[in-house]
Amino acid sequence: MELLKRYPKLFQWLFLLVVFFTLCFTIEVPETYKFIRGQAEFIKDPNQSTYTLFGIEVRYYAFDTLWRLPPLLGWLPIWINDSLFFLLNDWMPIEIWNEDIQEYKTRPLVLQITRTLTSSMTFLIELIREILLGGVETIVAFTSWDWISENSWAKLPGLPWTVVAAGAAILGYKLSGKGLAIFAGIVMIYISIFGQWKPSMQTLSFILVAAPLSFIFGLSLGIMAFKSKRVEKALHPILLVMQTMPQYAVLVPAIVLFGVGDHAAVIITMVVAVPPMILLTLLGLRGVSPEVIEAGRMSGCNNLQLMFKVLIPTARRDILIGVNQVIMVCFSMAVISAFIGAKGLGFNLLLALNQLNIGLALEAGLCISLIAILLDKMSLAWANKQTDYFGNLTFFQRHKNTLFFAGAVLIAVIFAYAGSFYFKEGFNYLYEVPHNKGISTADFWNKGVDWIWDTFFHTLKIFNTWLIVDVLQPMRAAYLRMPIVATFVLVMGAGYIIGGIRSAIVVGGLTLFIALSPWWDRALVTTYMATFGVIISCTIGVTVGTLCSQNEYTKNFMLAVCDIFQTFPSFVYLIPVMMLFGVTDTSVLIAVIVYATIPATRYTIEGLRSVPTALHDAGSMSGVTKLQRLLNIEFPIAFPHMMLGLNQTIVFALFMVIIGAFIGTEDLGQYILKALSDRKGAGIGLTLGICVAFIGLIFDNLIRTWVEKRKKHLGID
Amino acid sequence: MIMTDTVIKCNSVYKIFGTNAKKMLQEANGNVDAKTFQKNGCIVGVNNASFEVSRGEMLVVMGLSGSGKSTLLRCISRLTDATAGKIYIEDQDLLSLNNKELIELRRNKMGMVFQSFALLPHKTVLENIAFPLQIKGVKDQECINKAMDMVKLVGLDGRENYFPRELSGGQQQRVGIARSLAVEPDIWFLDEPFSALDPLIRKEMQDEFLRLQEKLQKTIMFITHDFDEALKLADRIAIMKDGIIEQLDTPANIVLNPATEYVKKFTEEVPREKVLKIEDVMEKPNNENLSDLKFSKNEIIENVAEKILTQEKSVAVIDENNKIVGTLHPSKIIHTVFGGRKNKG
Repeated sequence: MELLKRYPKLFQWLFLLVVFFTLCFTIEVPETYKFIRGQAEFIKDPNQSTYTLFGIEVRYYAFDTLWRLPPLLGWLPIWINDSLFFLLNDWMPIEIWNEDIQEYKTRPLVLQITRTLTSSMTFLIELIREILLGGVETIVAFTSWDWISENSWAKLPGLPWTVVAAGAAILGYKLSGKGLAIFAGIVMIYISIFGQWKPSMQTLSFILVAAPLSFIFGLSLGIMAFKSKRVEKALHPILLVMQTMPQYAVLVPAIVLFGVGDHAAVIITMVVAVPPMILLTLLGLRGVSPEVIEAGRMSGCNNLQLMFKVLIPTARRDILIGVNQVIMVCFSMAVISAFIGAKGLGFNLLLALNQLNIGLALEAGLCISLIAILLDKMSLAWANKQTDYFGNLTFFQRHKNTLFFAGAVLIAVIFAYAGSFYFKEGFNYLYEVPHNKGISTADFWNKGVDWIWDTFFHTLKIFNTWLIVDVLQPMRAAYLRMPIVATFVLVMGAGYIIGGIRSAIVVGGLTLFIALSPWWDRALVTTYMATFGVIISCTIGVTVGTLCSQNEYTKNFMLAVCDIFQTFPSFVYLIPVMMLFGVTDTSVLIAVIVYATIPATRYTIEGLRSVPTALHDAGSMSGVTKLQRLLNIEFPIAFPHMMLGLNQTIVFALFMVIIGAFIGTEDLGQYILKALSDRKGAGIGLTLGICVAFIGLIFDNLIRTWVEKRKKHLGID
Repeated sequence: MIMTDTVIKCNSVYKIFGTNAKKMLQEANGNVDAKTFQKNGCIVGVNNASFEVSRGEMLVVMGLSGSGKSTLLRCISRLTDATAGKIYIEDQDLLSLNNKELIELRRNKMGMVFQSFALLPHKTVLENIAFPLQIKGVKDQECINKAMDMVKLVGLDGRENYFPRELSGGQQQRVGIARSLAVEPDIWFLDEPFSALDPLIRKEMQDEFLRLQEKLQKTIMFITHDFDEALKLADRIAIMKDGIIEQLDTPANIVLNPATEYVKKFTEEVPREKVLKIEDVMEKPNNENLSDLKFSKNEIIENVAEKILTQEKSVAVIDENNKIVGTLHPSKIIHTVFGGRKNKG
């Protein structure tokens, strides 16, 4: 009794676990139950039950409701699909003047809007692409195909790679100095001589449209949310779901709305990249001290000046993190959107992965990562740039960058022209190194992979088999053995203990949605993979983070490493693991672990760093050892922040699990991938995406509630 | 101190926070009681404040935290809108100005210094100081020249390209002061400008501030929670408690005749010889025998007490024109310094 009074929470948890396990063991597995591949696939089977809702018939395997709930939401994907089609094809027809046939035509409003969006995106991408690579599409946009065929000279010449490389280096120099200039130059030269020029420029043109648009939209929506409570309230739930929604899932409805190709990719990228930008803008603007705002007002700023000269620059730190996120997401999407026909490095990467040509995949992946890092550094340098008011500059000094660039263009053009005489075989290397004609290290890497396979095959296989047979499969079986009632008890009970009745209802509602969807079993598999990844990631991340926090040098080094790793598009992580473990669950899990360890490490280091020095000193003066200080002072204080890291780790892990579908898993991700190639997949894809998002949100809600309580308890802001 | 005209004028200004503040204020009919308001979810910031500030005068508003002094200042600079009452800035009705006129007023007439400096972290010292000018749309070169003058005025030459984070607190506040002066405002608001500084730096900044004011002769509202600072700087002091101005008077009168118990708590500890001037304690000139010594009426007692105490007869007090305006007997000095403290144990 005494103990119970002292640790009430502990006993609540124990009680919860006891109930949970009792339920698990008392509810028998129904005899007809087997791990069915999708309970609501619409194949007819005499054992299936059916129900009809809104005129849509849903078939499913009926079980005891204590074991599994019937998929009452089975109609939802179909309904979403139908309404999408209705919106596109029948809703609100309007009269549109058609240039080609010179008369009015009726077209549904939504279709017209999406088509207009599509064509403007296509124009933007083509414009940048053709400045970099040359072509005729931009001219066509202003004239017509007939005009082009009549005037054969009308073609935008592409820039020779030398010009782009010189331009990038000079821009780097202007923004931050020699270091960035050298880096930019090397990246561009690398891309060129490795024969990745064309796809790289295609990817770059995609990014140069998607990133600024996402930034502008995110910033303006963030500003609107900052100014009006109502906008913020309206945005909040969307932002929450979008943060945990896997990027894959957005692809499917986008195909329906915008078709296939680069333009659709840009729009999807914006959908994915805008939410974090909004959140960070809001966070930054909220953080500006009221006195700074008053100072701006008293300096006589009008609202516009206050926003752009005071608030945004002062909130620069967070907004820059937002820019960083936008760039990250853009590159990540540059690969993923290859699934819906976006051209560029991502397409090559996917192709190479499909052919199991690890070497080629590695090269393409490296290119993407390098461009990502370069753009990230450039945007950072641009934001930190200062104006010099006192420099008494000569004309030359003031315009030296422009002059240098002009010089570089001139020289490069002469070279390219000269090259056209020198290289007779049809490939002008000074103009553009064609794909497959550059240096390639692919063979070397492929041989390396073969060597690894030959040498370590046995070891790897033993490890692989052990992991799958002794760890993963039992774990998966345990998750699937969970009766639905037990799951609800566990989730809602945890919600109740952590955050009271409100929290319990929220997480219960989220779980209910997944439970009523046709994919409960798949969701359990996703959760099991994510849990496994998260546990290992956190163990590694916390250990590494703690060790690195012991001294200033390793701490900063590790944070820098995290920064760089975070810039890699998520798909790139699949390459090395496929090298080692081939196409198995192990590969996916290892990719998950590597990817999700980044936030775990980062948040551990940041959390430990936030412990006030006064507390350190107080600890030292009480005569604690290093270990005691870590356990008794640093961890308890840093724990809330580390839990936020756990939150991020879960989101990252979920993303990676879903992307892992590409290698071949059996979870929700696999279904999203399937929905991609299904003409009627939009509804399924979206519903699946929401399911994944809700898994993330359940954990998010529990962790955040706990952190807030804990922080209040500790008195940290 | 030249008393010419009124620059700031407040007429029963109220500021009450809360959703139904206006309605409650109407019902209260001028009798605002903080406690009843608080029960109904309203917090009284400023309660019936009426006063005037003349051109070139420095009014120091003194009060402890939560007394409403900062709120009062923000009402007058219209960073928040007063709930009721009238505020006039040079006969313009402040509360009736539209946004554009308000911005115009701030760009040309007002400058403000903040407790936590409120410098823009992404701008250098020079850019921070030039900021109000740039906002106003002054040409770049002019901005820079003017800002450089300001940098020199506050003694930060050579640091104009530093960032605020690279400066000490005192230096940052110098930047804040320079920024608030860049547009050459007539009215200068200072919100606890020296509270965040170390005592020694604070004293230095106070002296610096007096030097600047000597030179610039601005109309000033100065907020502080430090009574000594108020005594040192003020032409007049307003002491606030719970949103109400308890007493508004010259430092000498406040020390000599505290109006309420609350004010008395502050004045009890004050060394009077450091605050009072001779004119505050002198008597009307009569035809008695005077000693040979003459003192200006503006001398602080502490500085001349020793000399006066060596005299047996009264000394003459003279004004700027060397005219005798009063007399002072040595015993009066002793009475001033020690007399008021008899009830202290």
